[in-house]
Amino acid sequence: MDFYYSVLSLFYIKQQGSSIVLLDADVIFDSIKAHGQSDGRYRYDSDNSEPSTHAAGIALETLAGVLSLADSDMDQSKIEVVKNDIVKLFDSIKSYDDGTLYFDEKRIGDTEYRGPLATTASVVHGVTAFAAIVSGKLEINGDKMAGLAKFFLSIGIPGRTNDIYIQLESLSCLENNRISIPLILSFPAAVLSLSSKDRLKADVTTVFGSAAPPLTVNLVQVFSPDSEDVPILENKELQCDPENSIHYLDLLPLKVDVGKYILFFEISLHDPDHLNIYATGGRIKAFFFFTGIIKADKAAVGIFDTDAENAVALQKLDLSRDNTVSLAANHLKKMHLNFQLLTPLGHTFKPHQVFLKLRHESKVEHIFALESSAGKYKVLLDFLGLVEKFYYLSGRYDIKLAVGDAAMENSFLRAIGHIDLDLPQSPEKAAPPPPQPIDPYLRFVPKQEISHIFRAPEKRPPEELSSAFLVLTLLPLVGFLIGLLHLGVNLKGFPSSSVPVFCSILFHGGIGAILLLYVFFWLKLDLFTTLEALGLLGVFLIFVGHRTLSHHASTPTKLKTT
Amino acid sequence: MAKSNASDAQALIRSLRSAYAATPTNLKIIDLYVVFAIATAIIQVVYMGIVGSFPFNSFLSGVLSCVGTAVLAVCLRSQVNKENKEFKDLPPERAFADFVLCNLVLHLVIMNFLG
Repeated sequence: MDFYYSVLSLFYIKQQGSSIVLLDADVIFDSIKAHGQSDGRYRYDSDNSEPSTHAAGIALETLAGVLSLADSDMDQSKIEVVKNDIVKLFDSIKSYDDGTLYFDEKRIGDTEYRGPLATTASVVHGVTAFAAIVSGKLEINGDKMAGLAKFFLSIGIPGRTNDIYIQLESLSCLENNRISIPLILSFPAAVLSLSSKDRLKADVTTVFGSAAPPLTVNLVQVFSPDSEDVPILENKELQCDPENSIHYLDLLPLKVDVGKYILFFEISLHDPDHLNIYATGGRIKAFFFFTGIIKADKAAVGIFDTDAENAVALQKLDLSRDNTVSLAANHLKKMHLNFQLLTPLGHTFKPHQVFLKLRHESKVEHIFALESSAGKYKVLLDFLGLVEKFYYLSGRYDIKLAVGDAAMENSFLRAIGHIDLDLPQSPEKAAPPPPQPIDPYLRFVPKQEISHIFRAPEKRPPEELSSAFLVLTLLPLVGFLIGLLHLGVNLKGFPSSSVPVFCSILFHGGIGAILLLYVFFWLKLDLFTTLEALGLLGVFLIFVGHRTLSHHASTPTKLKTT
Repeated sequence: MAKSNASDAQALIRSLRSAYAATPTNLKIIDLYVVFAIATAIIQVVYMGIVGSFPFNSFLSGVLSCVGTAVLAVCLRSQVNKENKEFKDLPPERAFADFVLCNLVLHLVIMNFLG
């Protein structure tokens, strides 16, 4: 690898015009060659690294640089050995099915895996550089160069800038290499319309689009995908239009029908000397699609009784526009529809999609796929068997016919008319028709009003009765007071001296306060507040009461008994 | 026979009355209080009988307060009565204090239950 960088640096400097001479070119050549293997691959360094194809490309480039920097001619035998190595290296080329060729390496443990793109690019670079320096020809088949060119062109536009660089650099090496310049056959359009009289056009250029030498393009064989052995057409030459440098062929005289075809082309160079310079790439395979207008005719629809099968009451249809045929049937009858599809050349045509759709008023749809027999499409809808499939829905059904195919330029969906079906009542266990999708915005409309049911309130007595009884309840109290007076209750026992008076007043006041607290408790307060207040008042009352009552107890007994 | 019954009843009532007149005034006050409480209870029951027992808890608390206080008054009477040998050593003030305290507790519960 050190050789690579140093030799190529000198090479580039020499290209700029300075004269550099490599004195030990022989020795350097041999030491680079020593890294090579017998199968054409090289090792990167002299320590035991794995041999790789990528390294081979780099080595060849270095050898080419050494050769160009050498002051005297190298020993031709050594160059021949390298040429043989290159041929062996090309034996390890791999290919895809469509003719592209590339180099790839196995992934080995710790070495860096570069992928087919980088490996192939390295080999192309090295080989073209070597071929540019040496005199004489390298024994590499032109088809192989064409295959490598196809590889670089077929990867499209890579995603990474690194890959784009590799691709473009390799293509530029192939553009002007001394082995053989690949010529690429490309087609501006692969889908051609027979109805608009398209021409089959082909373009031949080098990999970068420069003009090709004078040549002719031959359409060697045309196959249809069904019969790959028997060619439909053979050996047609494409005419050349030198102004636009396009090769073209008119399709109409060829009498090909619509459909998909496989075409094989070959390029033949006018000048036999060019065969050494350019690579034509052998047989080139391309897929083409011809489209055209399909004619639908002899269409008719009618209703039969189950028994009768004669073509009596058929109504003619014109499938180039919507029809409005009106039919009526019940479950004992059958509906008959037939039509024919023809290609522009008059052959029968079998499209991918032929559907008959019956749609009920409630938007329930039924689709039938139609089969063709002997080129004609004929369907007999027996309603007796379809009663259950139709979910026993009677009413008007819209009939539509849909015919479509990739090769058809006029695929259509035509309304044929409507049919009023009278089906029997559905039995109880029949499946209901599937629900149709409802408008998703319906969930946002206002909902139904909910009427709440409350427990009926209890009947209360009239206000006057309650007030009357309130008065009545207070009457015993009045009676009590009158009775007390009657008994001669007096307040003689009430103490007169200051401290006991005070205490007695407080005692009675305390009791009154507690009773007042109870009233507030009933009206407003909660139990905990009441208990707090009661606690305070109670303590006070106990203290005061004790004083009062003990004073009362200590007064002489005579005063008490009155 | 009826006449003798009637006269017997009259004699009974007269003797009862005269005996009652001999009771001390304290006890008469307490008896009056008991009568007052029971009368209030009876009026409440009559009212409930008329209008139905919708707020049953209120009815209960009302009736029970009257009945409870009547019971406590009866206890007080028996404790204060000097002829009652059982409570000879109990000073009447103490009985009265108990009466007041028990009444206050009773009325707290009643007010809570009144709703």
